[in-house]
Amino acid sequence: MERRWLRVLRTPLGAGAAALCGLVLVLAVVAPLVWGAAAEAVDTADILAGPSSEHWAGTDNLGRDILARVLVATRLSIGLALAATAIAVLVGLLLGSAPYLLGRRAGRLMTAIVNAAVAFPGLLLALFFAVVFGLGARGAVLAIGLAGAPSFARLTHALVANLAARDFVAAARIAGVGRLRVLFRHILPNVAEPLAVNATIGAGTVLLSFAGLSFLGLGVQSPDYDWGRLLYEGVSALYVNPMAALAPGAAVLLAGLAFNLLGESVAKGLGSPTLRGGPPPAPSADGDSRRAPAGEDARDDVEAADPDVVLDVRDLEVTVPGPRGAIRPVRGVSFTVRRGEAVGVVGESGSGKSLTALAVTRLVADSGHVEATRLRLLGDDLRGADTPRRRRLLGTSLAMVFQDPMTSLNPTRRIGGQLAEVASHHLGMPRREAMSRAEDRLGAVGIPDVGRRARQYPHEFSGGMRQRAMIGMGLMGSPRLIVADEPTTALDVTVQQQVLDLLATIRGDDAVGLVLISHDVTVVGEVCDRVLVMYAGRIVEDLPTSELATGARHPYTRALVAAVPDMETDIDEPLATIPGRPVDPAELPAGCAYAARCPLADARCRAEDPPLVADPGGRRVACWHAGEPLPGGTAEHPADELVETP
Amino acid sequence: MSSTANPVLETASGDESGTGLLRRPWTRFALRRLVRLLVSVWVLVTASFAMIHLMPGDPVRAALGPTAPAALVEARRHALGLDEPLLVQYVHYLGGLFTGDLGTSLSAQLPVSDIVAQRLPATLTLTVLAFAAAVVIAVPLGVTMGVLTRGGRGRRTELAFTTTSVVLGTIPDFLIGVGLVAVFGVHLGWLPVAGNATPSAHILPVVAMAIGPAVILARILRVEMVGVLESDFIRTARAKRLPARTVYFRHALPNAVTAALTLSGLILSAMAVGTVLVENVFAWPGLGRTIVDSILTKDYPVAQAIVLVYGAGVLLVNSAVDVALALLDPRSMIRED
Ligand code: SF4
Repeated sequence: MERRWLRVLRTPLGAGAAALCGLVLVLAVVAPLVWGAAAEAVDTADILAGPSSEHWAGTDNLGRDILARVLVATRLSIGLALAATAIAVLVGLLLGSAPYLLGRRAGRLMTAIVNAAVAFPGLLLALFFAVVFGLGARGAVLAIGLAGAPSFARLTHALVANLAARDFVAAARIAGVGRLRVLFRHILPNVAEPLAVNATIGAGTVLLSFAGLSFLGLGVQSPDYDWGRLLYEGVSALYVNPMAALAPGAAVLLAGLAFNLLGESVAKGLGSPTLRGGPPPAPSADGDSRRAPAGEDARDDVEAADPDVVLDVRDLEVTVPGPRGAIRPVRGVSFTVRRGEAVGVVGESGSGKSLTALAVTRLVADSGHVEATRLRLLGDDLRGADTPRRRRLLGTSLAMVFQDPMTSLNPTRRIGGQLAEVASHHLGMPRREAMSRAEDRLGAVGIPDVGRRARQYPHEFSGGMRQRAMIGMGLMGSPRLIVADEPTTALDVTVQQQVLDLLATIRGDDAVGLVLISHDVTVVGEVCDRVLVMYAGRIVEDLPTSELATGARHPYTRALVAAVPDMETDIDEPLATIPGRPVDPAELPAGCAYAARCPLADARCRAEDPPLVADPGGRRVACWHAGEPLPGGTAEHPADELVETP
Repeated sequence: MSSTANPVLETASGDESGTGLLRRPWTRFALRRLVRLLVSVWVLVTASFAMIHLMPGDPVRAALGPTAPAALVEARRHALGLDEPLLVQYVHYLGGLFTGDLGTSLSAQLPVSDIVAQRLPATLTLTVLAFAAAVVIAVPLGVTMGVLTRGGRGRRTELAFTTTSVVLGTIPDFLIGVGLVAVFGVHLGWLPVAGNATPSAHILPVVAMAIGPAVILARILRVEMVGVLESDFIRTARAKRLPARTVYFRHALPNAVTAALTLSGLILSAMAVGTVLVENVFAWPGLGRTIVDSILTKDYPVAQAIVLVYGAGVLLVNSAVDVALALLDPRSMIRED
């Protein structure tokens, strides 16, 4: 524990605050001895003088040196503040641990009272008690102490309740140890540290409140003086000698801040272990050398756009900062989506498929860095900074459907409004019109009673309805491409099919391109024309869906397909049966990323990363041993067996 | 106090939940809050009644001074009803509150309600202006800081902002007030430092009160914004290619204010009561100066009434925050069921 406290002192803020606290405490002890006489020395010839070399902060209405009085007042100010803090902590401890000792009913009542008291500002409680206890230092100590007690009570209560539920306390109770004994033996020692930290913060607050009460004339009474009292006297002479008010004000402020900041930095130091590293380093040269071979595609993006191609992606790379340097979870992905084509992207989590979706739609978080030699939507280059025109294009021609409709819709806004804003922003529709379009679109995705539904909040919708609304949101413009990232994963099995059917219908009706991202080969196989299989940030195979079952050539694709025991019924089954674990993008091997799990892997595989090679039919595969028969006895079934699997 | 209302309410809604009206979340929510508020008001009123009776010694004797003749003290005690049994006094006190009778000032011989009515507007003005100023500063500041430091960016900015706001948030308003008076009133002579006669006289007190709450609010808003900006629905908003302004203020901010709103309720309460100190710095003719004067002159009925007024204000603010929370985040009502 001492080590941790020491660590706090090594932060500049903590060290400064601690030094200041030490100084204040030393002053509290020695100041009256050193400056006591000077503080009392009356000099009627020199009253209310401004700062001079003799009196650095001037003199008061009896000609006494203000600086000396401020220094001497340290003792009373700190003493009273500590006394009041002690009262606050003790009473708080008592009130806060009482619920544990008392029975349930009395305990709950106690907690309720404390909670209610906490709702009232401390100053109000202090004024209440100041009236009850009367003017003067004693009354003020009691008043401020009691006013601070409720928050300590609540803290104690929370800490005790937390500890009481812990195993060692329960064990002690079962062993027959009495509640009171458990409280003193097991609970309070563990509560001491957070309580001490908060008492330090509390002391600062109490010091400042005490100054407030004395400043009002309700605290320390003449001839005694604390900082607040000096402030009270100084303010009345503000026009003659501002230092008379500023000096005690500065003193109380510094001391209050010192305690506060010390407490805060200790709290922070104890609360959070050393998690804080430096800023993430720039992408390493090492990462660059692993850049996927770009080959002939590396030309500049000058080619004229094919009007039938909706999305055209070449050599897409995404770099994100990682704990140990930049990592590249997407490494050179190229593909196109044509009008009305449905392209599936499958892979395990961590394969980079979702990040690819975010990158092509320009939604990668700010920390990520996206590069590509080509990135076109409907022929328009999406690289570089956003322009208003491009934002309109993306906002109206591209629809996104995310995995979790629960969290993807804004919980504080009505469904209809969330849809309508697309039209009002991008299409300049007036509110009413945008709203009726929103209702129309909600109807189009199969939501009944749209007039009422549009005025509801997301939490009033079921999961499937929300996902429909999400899709409807994408239909507010006139989408040419829908990118759906695991659109059914978070849904009930019963509605998954409906959502997939809806996506398929939209695509078919309007000849919209669809990119469907899923970990589930079955889902992709059902909806898509073509499948891109991703592994470790690369496309390892690109083939027509119809060939998935029998024509897959990459060992990983074959494993994926084999991992689905029955394509007809088990829509829900995750890919669990491929031996080995997905690679960590931070620790890519030198050769083929799949080599560690691949039954065909040889020395070449481990040394060289296979390029993605296209065959004349447009199918692509990245494997040195593409299509070679798999050795028997592995976890995989030969691909052709799949057809016969019941 | 507030949670003691729960058992009462549970039976109430339990008995009548069969009726359609009570099944509506809004009705249930409002009813529960109303019962809670009533119980809190009762506790507050009782505490303010008890205030005068908890004091050691006789308040009238204390007010009139040790030299006052015993007959006068007795007569005054009788006039105030202080010689009656406690329960009778309590009933009278409660009855008086219903008719707006807050008792009679010991020193001014005026109805306390008149004094309160005369002083309340100045305090209300100060509180409302200062709170509005704090919010107007805090929201753009907090949102901007949240945007600048989202996703672990701008660590230096974050550190600088957090440190500054901790320091500024710790300085009590009356000290800021004294500093402002010294600089802008005495040294520069730009602004009036006392009273509330002119619009310019409002500037310094409002600034003194607004700075601390503004940075505290901005700090919590920043933390909340950073969290909210990571959420899926912000990604959705970005996918809609809405302008940054819309994403931050219309989509993120409402989700970030829930915590800030709870805090701002506490802040508003604290500011209302904090006027006591600031009014005394700026000679502001409000309740705050009156309560201090009344405590110093031992005019207890006045002090008692003003504590009651402040307390009622706090309860009002807390209820308003609850309602605002429910409006902004409709799930908060349902979550409690
Ligand atoms: S390249 Fe080698 S290790 Fe990689 S998938 Fe093909 S056979 Fe397996």
